[in-house]
Amino acid sequence: MPAVMSLKDVGMVFPATTVGGSVTALEGINLEFEPEEFVVALGASGCGKTTLLNVMAGFLPPTSGAILLHDSPITGPGRDRGVVFQKHALFPWLNVVENTAFGLRIQGVGARDRTAIAEENLNLVGLSEFGNHPIYQLSGGMQQRVGLARALTTNPEILLMDEPLGALDAFTRENMQELVLQVWRRTKKIVFFITHSVEEALFMATRLIVMSPRPGRITHEYKLDFCQRYFELGDARKIKSDADFIKIREEVLSIIYGEETEE
Amino acid sequence: MALSRIFGNGQETKDPYGAPGTGKSTLISVVTIVVILGGWWLVTELELIRALFVPPPGLVFSKFLKISCYDHYMESLLVFLGVQAEVVAECEGFSENALHQHILASLYRVFSSFFLALVTAVPIGIAMGVNRFARGVFDPPIEFYRPIPPLAYLPLTIIWFGIGDFAKIFLIYLACFAPLAISARAGVKSCSIEQIHAAYSMGASRHQVMWHVVLKAALPEILTGMRISIAFGWTTLVAAEMVAAKAGIGVMVLNAARFLATDIVFLGIVVIGLIAFFFDVLMRRMERLLVPWKGKA
Ligand SMILES: Nc1ncnc2c1ncn2[C@@H]1O[C@H](COP(=O)(O)OP(=O)(O)OP(=O)(O)O)[C@@H](O)[C@H]1O
Ligand SMILES: [Mg+2]
Repeated sequence: MPAVMSLKDVGMVFPATTVGGSVTALEGINLEFEPEEFVVALGASGCGKTTLLNVMAGFLPPTSGAILLHDSPITGPGRDRGVVFQKHALFPWLNVVENTAFGLRIQGVGARDRTAIAEENLNLVGLSEFGNHPIYQLSGGMQQRVGLARALTTNPEILLMDEPLGALDAFTRENMQELVLQVWRRTKKIVFFITHSVEEALFMATRLIVMSPRPGRITHEYKLDFCQRYFELGDARKIKSDADFIKIREEVLSIIYGEETEE
Repeated sequence: MALSRIFGNGQETKDPYGAPGTGKSTLISVVTIVVILGGWWLVTELELIRALFVPPPGLVFSKFLKISCYDHYMESLLVFLGVQAEVVAECEGFSENALHQHILASLYRVFSSFFLALVTAVPIGIAMGVNRFARGVFDPPIEFYRPIPPLAYLPLTIIWFGIGDFAKIFLIYLACFAPLAISARAGVKSCSIEQIHAAYSMGASRHQVMWHVVLKAALPEILTGMRISIAFGWTTLVAAEMVAAKAGIGVMVLNAARFLATDIVFLGIVVIGLIAFFFDVLMRRMERLLVPWKGKA
């Protein structure tokens, strides 16, 4: 199958500032995204995960290499790539359904149509009853679900998520992992998902990339199927305590810790 | 027991480990006001202080009725409201104007200045926040004149614009302008980079990001600026009315002081204070209505 999006030898060097020298945040990144993939990026803090996402979203032009979407280079952010942030990205002056419909509103879609589409997406994330609530009355987990519904409303090809569950408590986080997987299965979007949690990464990914810092590079890649097993079994905890799972978890952990002790 | 229920017992019993200073204070404030008014009444009643310095509350109130009307409409209204005809017959206004005419003259000056400031300072402040050229141009003059007391440049506005209403409105306008421009400038920085990025990735243009995100996020700060600005304009009013005004609440106080009519001075001060308080309540209502998300996100 042809890659929907591909990164060709992407590099990002932040120029030197008054407080420090230049930083090579990314170097020689080659990545291809095929339809229906769930790609998770894992790595120690500061290894360039957010920079990679910003480059893919089009917020930051890379200093070298190219990013192609259906063979044409991207020049900036666009509706074809929806972004879900860790926090502070919703608009508190709009209620839940208005936030969700924002992307359609600025395209000029009429009020009735955009509300209908927004409500469909809120239904997908289990928030159909909260359309008229103000954002600031929602819990952190619910706010992230609005963020997800909002990113889906413009019907992007790729969903880029930068630690979307990073600010949630452990319990909500596990529930949200399952929710994100269900949404992914239903919408069939390509997902690029950043996390600090090895368990989360292994559980969700169809492909896992492990990054190392200074310069930020992809050092390991794994093909995984724990999420498929979850869809079959429906018991997340059981999969996460499986012997296979634990073995690979320890392996990945030792990669990440190994790199840190090398320095 | 009852007293400790009103004033609390130093620590709130319902939430002993909560943040200090929570709970309602309205009742306590009412008590304070009653004590102040009572003290005023008492010192005049016991003639501890001469009426020239502190006129008794009753006198101030009867002066209030006396200067409340200067024409027949007000007279008949007062009679209709149940004020005795003899009292109304003594009505004389003050400085050839009834009280409400003084108030209206002042409100007209303050509101036209405030309105002019609103339509100029907010766009300029926003431009300063989002554009380096505008910031470079407007920053020096605003930061220079802002800390100067309006009384210092009052003579200059008179030399330039004479003693008509325009000079007064200009003076109050300057007072209102700076806080509005500064708050609008700060306000456009209140949105997060995530909000801006989110809008772009949903297909917004630069223009749409400005309108739908940056300006919306700036609203709470702009409203705070409006509140400070109108209060500042009102504070500058008496200075503005010092020169050759016929009607105006500030003029009324200044003229009364010249004739040692302390009761009218008192009355004027109370009226000025009450109106300022009313503005503030109004602005706070508006904040709650227009930016209910303020401080919550
Ligand atoms: N705007 C910038 N200017 C200069 N250096 C930057 C900038 N943004 C990121 N960096 C540097 O690039 C490197 C990678 O940062 P990045 O935010 O991508 O890491 P990360 O993997 O997302 O970390 P975390 O897991 O903590 O979010 C860091 O060393 C950081 O200091
Ligand atoms: Mg990051």
